[in-house]
Amino acid sequence: MVPRGVAARWRRAATAPGKGQGSLGGREEAAAGRESHAACLSPAGQPLGILDGIPIAVKDNFNTAGIETTCASNMLKGYISPYNATVVQKLLDQGAVLLGKTNLDEFAMGSGSTDGVFGPVRNPWSYSKQYKEKSVPKSHSEDKESNWVITGGSSGGSAAAVSSFTCFAALGSDTGGSTRNPAAHCGVVGLKPTYGLISRHGLIPLVNSMDVPGILTRCVDDAAVLLGSLAGHDPKDSTTIQDDFKPFELPNLTDVSKLSIGIPKEYHAPGLSSEILALWSKAADLFRKAGAKVVEVSLPHTRYSIVCYHVLCTAEVASNMARFDGLEYGHRSDMKDSTESMYAATRREGFNDVVRGRILSGNYFLLKQNYEKYFVKAQKVRRLIANDFVKVFRSGVDILLTPTTLSDAAPYTEFIQEDNRTRSAQDDILTQAANMAGLPAINVPTALSERGLPVGLQFIGRSFQEKQLLTVAKWFEKQVQFPMIQLEEVKKHDSDVFHHQKSASLS
Amino acid sequence: AAPAQQHVCPAAPPERGRLAPWVPVVGLEIHAQISSNSKLFSGSQVQFAAPPNSLVSFFDASLPGTLPVLNRRCVEAAVMTGLALNCSINKKSLFDRKHYFYADLPAGYQITQQRVPIAVNGSLSYSLCIDNKMSQMVTKTVRIKQIQLEQDSGKSLHDDTRSQTLVDLNRAGVGLMEVVMEPDMCCGEEAAAAVRELQLILQTLGSSQAVMAEGQLRVDANVSVHHPGEPYGVRTEVKNINSMRFLAKAIDYEIQRQIEELENGGTILNETRAFDSKLGCTVPMRDKEGQQDYRFMPEPNLPPLILYDAKSLPANMNHQQVINIDWIHERLPDLPSVKRKKLVEQYGILPEHSFTLLNEDGLAEFFESVVKQTQMKPKKVIGWILKDLLSYLKQHSLTVKESPVSSFLLADLLNLLEKKEISSTAAKQVLAELWKGEGKTPLEIVKEQKLELLQDQKELEQICQAVMAIKAGNPKVLNKLIGLVQKKTQGRSNPVLVKQLLEKKLSG
Repeated sequence: MVPRGVAARWRRAATAPGKGQGSLGGREEAAAGRESHAACLSPAGQPLGILDGIPIAVKDNFNTAGIETTCASNMLKGYISPYNATVVQKLLDQGAVLLGKTNLDEFAMGSGSTDGVFGPVRNPWSYSKQYKEKSVPKSHSEDKESNWVITGGSSGGSAAAVSSFTCFAALGSDTGGSTRNPAAHCGVVGLKPTYGLISRHGLIPLVNSMDVPGILTRCVDDAAVLLGSLAGHDPKDSTTIQDDFKPFELPNLTDVSKLSIGIPKEYHAPGLSSEILALWSKAADLFRKAGAKVVEVSLPHTRYSIVCYHVLCTAEVASNMARFDGLEYGHRSDMKDSTESMYAATRREGFNDVVRGRILSGNYFLLKQNYEKYFVKAQKVRRLIANDFVKVFRSGVDILLTPTTLSDAAPYTEFIQEDNRTRSAQDDILTQAANMAGLPAINVPTALSERGLPVGLQFIGRSFQEKQLLTVAKWFEKQVQFPMIQLEEVKKHDSDVFHHQKSASLS
Repeated sequence: AAPAQQHVCPAAPPERGRLAPWVPVVGLEIHAQISSNSKLFSGSQVQFAAPPNSLVSFFDASLPGTLPVLNRRCVEAAVMTGLALNCSINKKSLFDRKHYFYADLPAGYQITQQRVPIAVNGSLSYSLCIDNKMSQMVTKTVRIKQIQLEQDSGKSLHDDTRSQTLVDLNRAGVGLMEVVMEPDMCCGEEAAAAVRELQLILQTLGSSQAVMAEGQLRVDANVSVHHPGEPYGVRTEVKNINSMRFLAKAIDYEIQRQIEELENGGTILNETRAFDSKLGCTVPMRDKEGQQDYRFMPEPNLPPLILYDAKSLPANMNHQQVINIDWIHERLPDLPSVKRKKLVEQYGILPEHSFTLLNEDGLAEFFESVVKQTQMKPKKVIGWILKDLLSYLKQHSLTVKESPVSSFLLADLLNLLEKKEISSTAAKQVLAELWKGEGKTPLEIVKEQKLELLQDQKELEQICQAVMAIKAGNPKVLNKLIGLVQKKTQGRSNPVLVKQLLEKKLSG
């Protein structure tokens, strides 16, 4: 495959008008520049690196040198970052082409990718044949577009970009499920690596003690490739582990008889759709029939993870957002009466309600009189949640199998009926605990729902055992043969480029 | 805990003799800028008086997505200082965020060590003189509560005429050691002496240059007063003390202010006050009104700081990656207190002398250098150093380094004196001449001014005989004496005057 040709095809698809709001426009110059750079530097066909010429999208909360980095917030509109995040630099060093920055919930706060200043992200599956076939219009006059579904969040733009073939892979971030959730809704692989494996230098933080860069790809093998390029100690990030990381290729697992799969009963959460429950059960059977040991396990403190997260997340948010005062960079209000009034006006103008709400909550929890009751208590509960996993993994279980989301993607009009906080609390329930414990977890697209939308299942592994996790995920992916999205526009052009087999889905 | 032994403090006696005596209590929070090439958590340079905002890294400017990386040299400096102050070094210490909004604090929080600092429970011994006569020194001890590592803030300059604030972030992120001294002191003099000793220790270690004028050593004082036997009073914090001189003044003023306030039936507010050096008083600081809640939170981007000693050091650990407390301890230089003792033991000088020697930068080295180059006993040399040389330096506001009289020249002069070639009066004259720095040697000056001691035995015998003869009542000898004086002064003296002088001297 000639990089230039691939990139050209990808760009045509990406700039198809209307749909998406996935990529924040104007980055094409950068992509074109990089792509011709790639072509120039490999005249004899020598690749720059393992990702030479591969178009990759990056969530807009990663710093990209010379390129606007907004976090989908008024606070950073027009902010041109002077440096590359370590993960971005690593991608570029391997020859990747930065196709664009992707849309998100403002400052990564949200589970729908609906609350950024550039507007909501539309799930490409909204325009798929599979979804359209299953959706019944309520009346002839109804706007065809009104029942488009959300991508999930907060890395919705990245998931949409990968899902709609605008790029091979994308970077997201994952603090409470922000990579896995949209991966599930958009039918792509979403990997949350172990905390400390991949550098956060240059990732604009939400919760420093839980954030990780996330990887979104079309298949598990690709996720392993990306992981290989990104993982490893970064002296600029003191929370990365010192140990050497060796990139790996995934073996083709055939024999799962030595595997022990844990099914945590608490993940049968209130609100879990019967569809997904059935799918989860079928998946467990799949492993059982193939000879693996499948056991029910318990993670008793799972139900506290949301409140715990609420305290710890808002506290860190209040702290991390303190730097946005309009003085050094970003939006500055015209208010000039005093420094304090300038701060207040800048922050009111720059942040949306969600961000401001979390800042206020966080400051409340950090007040001297509240610190022990809330913050320290939450830290202790966090330890209990993490210990749940330790105990289960020590008991002989290798991998946990859970649903990723409670249901398939909701229509936008329905999703916005509830506020951001309510939605986040609902949607994070199955993904949040892995962030509490710092464990690696991956969403594997599994099947289509009755509405023709993707549903994924989640695997959670032991700390730093990404190879085992991905190996199992790859085996599962092969079993389920998740169908390819049938997008009208793409089908018209170059469907022959994509070598995906169509097989019976799990449903 | 009981306060340290009291010497007579100026504030202690009761006002107007009608009320019970007051016990002033003084504690200190001292911020010492760490002497390092780069800042505490970033690689930008540390330099005084650089062009504004020229030493600011992305992290210092709090650009989103940047992370702190701990500077090893800063940790070593803190460990050295902790050891020198007899502290326990915490093998595990933690970093925290202290939140407040201010123009010179780009991140909206300072990274500090609030929960578990790097060193705790130490002590500092310092000396001060009773009665300002340098004749009697007393040793005091102040407990060191803790030493913590933290970031310095930037500088903001308020331009009231243009209603704007100018912010320079060069200093933002520079490493500081905050040394907290327990309220064991009772007056400005004690506080100043303690700070002075700390300054000398820091300079000896090299962990901080501790020059107050360059903002490398900043002192905040906590002051309160109470009656003996009663609980401690409400304390105020005094900030903005820019020199050692002002330190004692500010504290003593505040003690007086509190006493007067209380004796007039008022109360002391738990507030922060700034020292106004022009007015010589403390004034409330407007922008620190009300209690600040700093919303302390653990710094999530820095793992706990782990230090090792010889016992706990893992076998295969990379030496570059770890800090070994014992290794640092072994390499500590002699502290001032040790140096003073050694000087006393080696040279037989008094403790007060060695105190002054160490108190002036370079003076001890100067003294030792002179001693090496002269036969004169150190006990005698010390007088010349402390009385003559030092007073000249002080008069002309010169440092030892800037002295026009080098140790070589002084030693040369003292040798002449020791060999009895000149009198000590003459030596002082020579010194005055040397001070002009015209490049002449002591011998040259002696010759020039004819200051040689009258060594000629015969001459002296004659003079003595003449004096005895006059005493025995022979007035004619007076003329002989006049003649001798004329000879001595090469005819330059006024004979009438000489006669008058001689008569006067011989009669009484």
